[in-house]
Amino acid sequence: MMLSALIAVLFFGGIAAWMSEQRNPNAPRWFALATLALEALLAGWLFAGIPAAEMAVPATASSWLAEVNLLWISRFGIGFHLAADGLSLLLIALTVLLGLMAVASSWTEIDKRTGFFYFNLLTCLAGTVGVFLSADLFLFFLCWEAMIVPMYFLIAIWGHENRTYAAIKFAVFTQVSSLVMLVAIIVLALAHYRSGGALTFDYVALLHTKLDSNLGYWLMLGFFIAFAVKLPAVPFHTWLPDAHTQAPTGGSVILAGILLKTGAYGLLRFVIPLFPEAAHRFAPIAIALGAASMLYTAATAFAQSDFKRLVAYTSISHMGFILPGAFSGNLLAMQGAVVTMIAHGLSAGALFMIAGFLQNRLHSREFGEMGGLWTAMPQLSALTLFFVMATLGLPGLGNFVGEFLVLAGLFEASPIATAIAALVLILSPVYALIVIQKAYHGPLQNRPVLSDGSFRELAALGLLAAALVWLGLRPQTVLDVSKPALQSVRHTLNARET
Amino acid sequence: MELLGWIPFFPLLGFLALVFFGRSLSKPMVALIGVGSVGISALLAFLVGFELLRGSMAPYRLALGSWITTGDLTIPFGFYLDSLSMTMLFVVTGVGLLIHLYAAEFMEADAGYARFFAYMNLFVAAMLTLVLADNLLLLYLGWEGVGLGSYLLIGFWYVNPDNGYAARKAFVMTRVGDMALALSLFLLFTELHSLDIQTVMERAQSEWKVGAVLPVTAAALLLGGAAGKSAQLPLQTWLPDAMAGPTPVSALIHAATMVTAGVYLIARTHVLFMLAPSAQTAVAVVGGVTLLIAGFSGLVQTDIKRILAYSTISQIGYMFLALGVGAWSAAIFHLLTHAFFKALLFLAAGAVIFCFHHEHDIFKMGGLRKAMPLAFWSFLIGSAALAALPFTSGYYSKHEILLAAFETSPILWGMGCLGALITGIYSFRLLFVVFFGHQTREVEAAIGNRMRIPLVLLSVLALFGGLLQIPLDTVFPASIETTLPSPSPWVSIVTLMMPILGLLIAALFYLTGTLSSTAFTNEPIKRLLLSGWGFDALYRTLFIHPFVALTRWNKKDVLDSPYLRTAWLSRKLHDLTRAAQTGRIRWYAASMAWGAVVVIAIGLLS
Repeated sequence: MMLSALIAVLFFGGIAAWMSEQRNPNAPRWFALATLALEALLAGWLFAGIPAAEMAVPATASSWLAEVNLLWISRFGIGFHLAADGLSLLLIALTVLLGLMAVASSWTEIDKRTGFFYFNLLTCLAGTVGVFLSADLFLFFLCWEAMIVPMYFLIAIWGHENRTYAAIKFAVFTQVSSLVMLVAIIVLALAHYRSGGALTFDYVALLHTKLDSNLGYWLMLGFFIAFAVKLPAVPFHTWLPDAHTQAPTGGSVILAGILLKTGAYGLLRFVIPLFPEAAHRFAPIAIALGAASMLYTAATAFAQSDFKRLVAYTSISHMGFILPGAFSGNLLAMQGAVVTMIAHGLSAGALFMIAGFLQNRLHSREFGEMGGLWTAMPQLSALTLFFVMATLGLPGLGNFVGEFLVLAGLFEASPIATAIAALVLILSPVYALIVIQKAYHGPLQNRPVLSDGSFRELAALGLLAAALVWLGLRPQTVLDVSKPALQSVRHTLNARET
Repeated sequence: MELLGWIPFFPLLGFLALVFFGRSLSKPMVALIGVGSVGISALLAFLVGFELLRGSMAPYRLALGSWITTGDLTIPFGFYLDSLSMTMLFVVTGVGLLIHLYAAEFMEADAGYARFFAYMNLFVAAMLTLVLADNLLLLYLGWEGVGLGSYLLIGFWYVNPDNGYAARKAFVMTRVGDMALALSLFLLFTELHSLDIQTVMERAQSEWKVGAVLPVTAAALLLGGAAGKSAQLPLQTWLPDAMAGPTPVSALIHAATMVTAGVYLIARTHVLFMLAPSAQTAVAVVGGVTLLIAGFSGLVQTDIKRILAYSTISQIGYMFLALGVGAWSAAIFHLLTHAFFKALLFLAAGAVIFCFHHEHDIFKMGGLRKAMPLAFWSFLIGSAALAALPFTSGYYSKHEILLAAFETSPILWGMGCLGALITGIYSFRLLFVVFFGHQTREVEAAIGNRMRIPLVLLSVLALFGGLLQIPLDTVFPASIETTLPSPSPWVSIVTLMMPILGLLIAALFYLTGTLSSTAFTNEPIKRLLLSGWGFDALYRTLFIHPFVALTRWNKKDVLDSPYLRTAWLSRKLHDLTRAAQTGRIRWYAASMAWGAVVVIAIGLLS
């Protein structure tokens, strides 16, 4: 029941926040904060309740750390089946942390229709948590949609100058791709039924579906496209720079920090375990797409003149690591993918927050309006430097661990691909250091006094910085928690030959 | 011995203290933290080093905890102390302490005093991690950490965008090498299932044959990493620009410590290079060519710090040459003496710049011998050691390198000797131009004790450092010079005479004026040398301009255009169908009639 509470708290918290606006326009943000605090408590309780020994057991796909399985629409074999393993727990922890960050960065920025804003924020998080917990494909699809719609509103209502365009682009890309996935889900369920099983959408039951190898490949592609759009991977990425640039700060934090991770999660949870054989055949293409993503968007990021747009492109570049991470077929690379997911959530979330803080002060995201900010706001500048260093993969911070593990794992699969992908090590300082140069270095432009980071801003960023240092120096916790889940993913991949 | 773990800790603590509280601390307090933290490290280093020297010289390992463990990848935080890392430890903490002390006065007027020492302490912590690391990934952490320190300190005066450019150039150029280093880590781990340096070396020795593809590839990739960090061909162009940083930074990072990290890396992994003779030859060739091209460039520079920068590249070329011919101890010995005399030269140059109107052009100086005696004597000693005049520290180390080079290949020896001649010329050109002749302007400031003491101590070390005996034979296999018969005396004599010849030539040109340098310099050649052989221009045309042009052109992302075109198409279709909806009954009736006709026609004709 704990698992359903994780979703319900966020959903009803969102409704409460919406309602509270009528009494006081400042109330919703407190409701949102309280909801996320409660969610953190629940998640912490869930975490603490699982014995350490159970955590370390190399799980088979059907043994979960926590599970809820209720009948729902039994006529079609649809169940309300929620289940958590180490991977979902880690991502839920990330969701709660970044949810708090989103609230913190929206605290003063959002002053219109605050109730509806926090309702959308919290329901989007509820949908995401649902995605990370669903063990029924129909339920998964429902949550997948439930997280996209509120994000559409966040961008369309509270976004910046070109918000309608960006929101529609976001909606069209995600809807078209999830339609493809819906078809794949239904065909998969029917194929399972045809091959003699019951009509069911249950994840565990569908794991052992015998598929004709051609059909398997097409279904795998259906899932893959939905997740590759969400990740996003080149060439499906062009919605992201627009969505990020136009979204309010809180929306950007959630989008970069959590929503993109659902794509990565989907690859590890569905694409590989459901279609191991097809995934194996597809691996070279996926790895090539990943390398292309990393390099192409890193180069494109360099040319951007809009702070948020640049960070958006670096996001795509980082998420490019997920594809070789998931498809290299070894534990090292998969663990690297998970660390990258978390580290990127923290570092990109922080950079989007900083872009938002600057926009609130300068009323611009253009580098041309910045320059020399270090003189005016040394504390915020130093923190930016920290996150920029995390972004370019400085050892000792989280991103490095992820990137190192992915590339080390990829090397085992293909040294040539690694050598090409490693070129991103040269491109990442090129785009990352230009941020420091254009925004913070150089002479300070003549402008009214700029205030340095407020306590709220510095505390939020400080928390993320601490998390990145911890992830960089003690990644073992994340590695240990995610290991059993990833081992079972790899197990399905290895069992394909037999 | 357990104190070893605390050595990098204190500078790190100093860094954190200055980051969090630096703005509210007074300048003396900042200096106390900044210099004191390195001072404690130096003290601990000497305690630990003394204990190692007194004992059996057996390597000491210290496990500090685990970092990453997954599958068969196990990476601890662990330190490894043998006479090689001990030598580096002494250089980093000892020379580092003197430079910090000097900087406490040099930077005193700067508004970013606390920021400066925070960066310096961060650098020292990273450098110590680099030299003490027992595994390659921890070494890589230090390796990137010193790169960060270097970036921050080159761009320390951030208001000037040129400094920012130099800083980014340094970071990106060294990252090119770092990529090679990272790939060699992946290769070593995939093939040998470990990143622990000693384990990797043992397994490489037992599993790989001499000259096989794997050791050659791994060693070549390591060489790439070393060339980036140590500013060797073809990645040398960042170092002259790195002089944009404050002078103590140039002394510490871009002369004494960080730029020699590549030498340390190759020495640390020498077993691998011995398994890869072709890669080792490449090291020697890279060193030989670099020492010459950098030396020639040094001949024509007019900026006092750029002369020293080119000489640093050239001297590291000697160390690479030594590594390449298997004279491992000689390379490290030259690293040690070079740290003394080059730090001395930079600090003396800093004193001149400090007192002489922040002037960098040597031809605007002159006659400073009387006005700045301490700087003059420091420069004289430093230049003598740099040129390797007999009985200075540089003489011992360079002589050893050249004799070893002769055993491997007289050509390499010839390059080294020519380089020694050039070194003699450019170092004494600098000395004569700056300190002799007549003084043009008055000196505007005097230096205090915090700058004097490091100059004096480093002068002593630069003079007598050659007498230090480091028991490096516990780390390296017996060097060639002890196993081969000593070469004929004329080789020794030529090697000995080269710097003296250089000194005489420099004197004829710049002291007595007997020969005029203008008669010899052909403008295009001079410009080529001044620009460092045009490497910058080459890289600009080959890489930077195409990259910038291509990304600018693609700022709007061409991959978006299919989607935009789809959107455009559907809007056009929408307009088209909307045009049919006119609201006029006649139109509707006519189109219905035509439609009916067409449908019936199709039905009849099919």
